[in-house]
Amino acid sequence: MATAHAQMETKWWSGGKSPFNVEYGKLMMWYFLMSDAFTFGAFLISYGTIRFSQNYWPDPNQVFNAFPLAGHANLPLAFVSLMTFILIVSSVTMVLAVHAGHKNDKQGVIKWMIWTIIGGIAFLSCQAWEWTHLITGDHLVLINGEVKELGTTVSMNPWGPAANVTGHEGHHVTTPGPVAFGGYFFGITGFHGFHVLSGVVINIVMLVMAINGTFERKGHYWMIEKAGLYWHFVDLVWVFVFLCFYLI
Amino acid sequence: MEHSVKEITYHHEPGGDEVVKKIIKTTVLLSVITVIELGLGLLMYAVPMAAALILFLKGVIVILSLAKAFYIVGVFMHLGDELKNLIMTIVVPLMLFIWFIAAFLWDGNSWKVLRNTYKGAPEVTAPAATHAEGQH
Repeated sequence: MATAHAQMETKWWSGGKSPFNVEYGKLMMWYFLMSDAFTFGAFLISYGTIRFSQNYWPDPNQVFNAFPLAGHANLPLAFVSLMTFILIVSSVTMVLAVHAGHKNDKQGVIKWMIWTIIGGIAFLSCQAWEWTHLITGDHLVLINGEVKELGTTVSMNPWGPAANVTGHEGHHVTTPGPVAFGGYFFGITGFHGFHVLSGVVINIVMLVMAINGTFERKGHYWMIEKAGLYWHFVDLVWVFVFLCFYLI
Repeated sequence: MEHSVKEITYHHEPGGDEVVKKIIKTTVLLSVITVIELGLGLLMYAVPMAAALILFLKGVIVILSLAKAFYIVGVFMHLGDELKNLIMTIVVPLMLFIWFIAAFLWDGNSWKVLRNTYKGAPEVTAPAATHAEGQH
């Protein structure tokens, strides 16, 4: 590559220029994201440790099988797939916003930032529905010889092994599963959701600045690039949350 | 000696249509990988199979996810277009994850084994243990 060759000949460390050829804010955003990756990594690995220490763990296909307005239809992973695609698409619109910024195309930046914000809000709405469904969805659980109707919370996991009794009208009854399931699920998807929320707020600020012509006056759209890095990171983390909680 | 040289501005991305093409290509790739992952996930749910095969399929899904991460970071975040030194300052610290994941999953598994094989606190009268062995 011609650019790679040119880089070889430049004395990056001779002073007077950025040795990494990036702007300070962007470099620091990268290092922040690296530290954030360790935070998420620590959460997910701790989840993995607990999961490996249990003899029984709920099957995600059974836990996450509901879809809005679909009633009791068994649609494993359908809703979370929708959420994943929403996040991928919003990541793409963000790249296009950054790309428009490179060309100093104000209208393009505004258009793609609006789509990215819509994608973020759509994802958050989906997550709100999923949480509500899990917390309020009642399942028959056998506790101390008594069948109770319980939802998934941080202190209750109705997704345990099957119990030796049948509920009224032949409903499926389970025993309580490992209690850590709810805590990890709500904790980690909540921490990710909070990142999405702050990403949406940052994107809205960027949109307002773009509309007001702040970047136009500065002569560059580097801020969009930095917000974009954060937004892509949120998508990146979702890849692993999706992997750890829904797929395996 | 080169102090008169102005700070090099950050070019990185060629501004043409080829970038948009690359973005679209990557999007399609990410979507296809996700569909394959979902397919494998549903396959494990729908078809009863041996534990070893399930473990293998889960391994495949993990590798596919790593591929997704590689494309998101390399193309969408343009890390692939940065200087090699910068890439290394980000990627090398992340190598810690190799130990981090291996050590803690191992620990979790050991915890399970210990709990499953635990037979209560040992007798205080240790010498008598040889005598009592095999009586249960």
